[in-house]
Amino acid sequence: MDEFLIQLLNGLDRGAAYALIALGLTLIFGTLGVVNFAHGALFMIGAFCTVTMQRFLNLSQTVIDDTQKDFLGNPLEVEVPYVQSWFGEAAGLAIQDWSVMLAIFLTIPVMLLVGYVMERGLIRHFYSRPHADQILVTFGLAIIIGEIIKYFYGANPIQTPMPSAFLGTWDMGAAFGLEANSVAYPKWRLVYFFFSALIIAAVFAFLQFTTFGMVVRAGMADRETVGMLGIDIDRRFTIVFGIAACVAGLAGMMYTPILSPHYNIGMDFLVLSFVVVVVGGMGSLPGAVLSGFMLGILQSFASLKVVTNIVPGIDQIIIYLVAIIILLTRPRGLMGRKGVMED
Amino acid sequence: MSKSNFTRRGVLKTGAVAGAALSLPTYLRADGHTGYTNAPGDSGTVKFGFNVPQTGPYAEEGLDELRAQELAVEHINGMGDGGMLNTFSEKNLDGTGILGKKVEFVTGDTQTKSDVARASAQSMIQKDGVIMVNGGSSSGVAVAVQGLCQEAGIIFMAGLTHSNDTTGKDRKANGFRHFFNGYMSGAALGPVLKNEYGTDRRAYHLTADYNWGWTQQESMQASTEAMGWETAEAVLTPVGAGDFSSYIAPVLNSGADTLILNHYGGDMVNSLTQAVQFGLKDKQVNGKDFKIIVPLYSELMAAGAGSNIEGVFGSMNWNWQLQDEGTAAFVKSFGEKYGFPPSGSAHTCYVQTLLYADAVTRAGSFRPCAVAEALEDFQFDGMGNGPTLYRGADHQCFKDVLVMKGKENPSNQYDTLEIVEVTPVEQVTYEPDHPMFGGSDASLGTCNDGA
Repeated sequence: MDEFLIQLLNGLDRGAAYALIALGLTLIFGTLGVVNFAHGALFMIGAFCTVTMQRFLNLSQTVIDDTQKDFLGNPLEVEVPYVQSWFGEAAGLAIQDWSVMLAIFLTIPVMLLVGYVMERGLIRHFYSRPHADQILVTFGLAIIIGEIIKYFYGANPIQTPMPSAFLGTWDMGAAFGLEANSVAYPKWRLVYFFFSALIIAAVFAFLQFTTFGMVVRAGMADRETVGMLGIDIDRRFTIVFGIAACVAGLAGMMYTPILSPHYNIGMDFLVLSFVVVVVGGMGSLPGAVLSGFMLGILQSFASLKVVTNIVPGIDQIIIYLVAIIILLTRPRGLMGRKGVMED
Repeated sequence: MSKSNFTRRGVLKTGAVAGAALSLPTYLRADGHTGYTNAPGDSGTVKFGFNVPQTGPYAEEGLDELRAQELAVEHINGMGDGGMLNTFSEKNLDGTGILGKKVEFVTGDTQTKSDVARASAQSMIQKDGVIMVNGGSSSGVAVAVQGLCQEAGIIFMAGLTHSNDTTGKDRKANGFRHFFNGYMSGAALGPVLKNEYGTDRRAYHLTADYNWGWTQQESMQASTEAMGWETAEAVLTPVGAGDFSSYIAPVLNSGADTLILNHYGGDMVNSLTQAVQFGLKDKQVNGKDFKIIVPLYSELMAAGAGSNIEGVFGSMNWNWQLQDEGTAAFVKSFGEKYGFPPSGSAHTCYVQTLLYADAVTRAGSFRPCAVAEALEDFQFDGMGNGPTLYRGADHQCFKDVLVMKGKENPSNQYDTLEIVEVTPVEQVTYEPDHPMFGGSDASLGTCNDGA
């Protein structure tokens, strides 16, 4: 029972990341009709916004410490971060400690800008081209972005610690009346789950309850008619692309304490996210979210030893197996709409 | 009046045969006066092939290997301060190259993929005419390239490869490994773990599901079970899984009090970080503090894992903090050239390059089998690991092994690991027909000069 609960939490947490990326992918596909294989790269850029913020807050002045020696026996050059010089050691350390959360002030503008530049500079030239062309160009773009990141940040994973307030686990067993420490789950992973839920709710609320969202939904349903009403739907769709990029970036930003970012992290999520979108139903936002959580949970349970003992390697193929079954029984996916990707 | 024997048909036939012969890959052509692959002949230079991952998950390791290989070539050619040539017990290399020939090199990118690494090595041998291939960073790659070099008649001086199989069941007459292996890690760590954690422990293994991971787990399991530990569970994890949480969560309620992470590179960084996040380091099981062990450490991994490695035991082939003359000379050369201390993978590639050059000098020839003979049962010192034997029976180096621990209070970015013990070579030595190394069926085969 305890193990079941932990794997359920784990699946929800993993599914939250899938759902966030798939949500952005679906937004772009639903509005612009573009199959964006660079979406994983947007997740990665968000993750590296955290790294950049961390490095910015660690910018230091060099002080020579004659009492210590470096590896060559020379006096040790000690790095003293500017934030500690300016705000005092305690305040400086506290600011550095919260670098992941502070990265939100960098991630949102950067991702909006990246989304805008990508859409205006490249993607819009491929609206009327076949999906194969879109896949090729966006996949190429993802590789280029990855190599740029590698050039500046190296190939190794970069440790990005969470705020010390979220270190350790939360004893959910005790909180819900079970045996103490029977279900202990990392605090930051719970934070990630609730953060994802908040972002997903915000995106749905934005599309559902604002005039902008209403126009976008109308455009998704019938772009030409909305255009004939005198509404500049292209401009709104560009903003939607920026929002989708932002969602992916925020997902990456908050994921860094869980998975140390490296230049290829986007590719690790990309294929899975496409499976999530297809299973959920192309163009269906609720489908993407539902499918993200469902596949995350299934993948988590498939990793249990009791399961892999019966079907070795099932943890590696469960998502694809479920995708095949769902597409055979419901070709449009769980919540796919008629007419989407069926021309 | 003389009559010519040339006919149009004859000329065409001769031309076709000559053309076909000339179009053969270099390594399939016998050099008339030497009879081995890529013989340098009268050329004033000789070429090495450095086949390392320059892109992909082990790129940082590979790039550090490449730095060290370049440094080794500089030292062989008489540039720089000579590095370990000044401390090496053999004094055959005098800075004039090898047998009067200056050393050049070409590099290849293995991407840590066996097929790519083989293609890269093949290109070096066929197109660039290299006389020796050095490199690694993955046992899968090393075994694949070693097999290719055996077929082509080229000496393979393995870089970072830690699987027992490289000099075990997959050993080859043309392949040589300076780096230590999984068995040695287990043998070195065992007694230290016994002293630190006692004999009553239940270990849970998470193991990378490929060649290296399997042999590492087998070695650690044998070592820990021999001292009384019980193996609670051994779970294979996919390489590059990223999120290991679904494999770590079951550890919590498994009754295990020790987690052994048979992971390397990015996988180790992620699995260790996530294990710490799940509170394993702060957990108590059966009245004992929960412990995590990482059998194979590298400086680059330690830097990636940050504070999570504090207090975690592991093992290494070599570390820049050693106090011997050889280490000091290499760290100085490398540190002054690149601005940071070398990694263990850099060290092994540097040493392998020098050892090859020295063996050629002692053999008086670049002929692969003559070089192999010079390396077999060769004893040397001054290369950072103390007295070392290149055992002839399996082409594995035998030397002291380092037991390391993640430093509790690092003073700078390079001060991530501390040396807990230098395990003497006797403790990590095994028989060539040890069951973990292919048993009595394992054989080097016949040395191949190629051509």
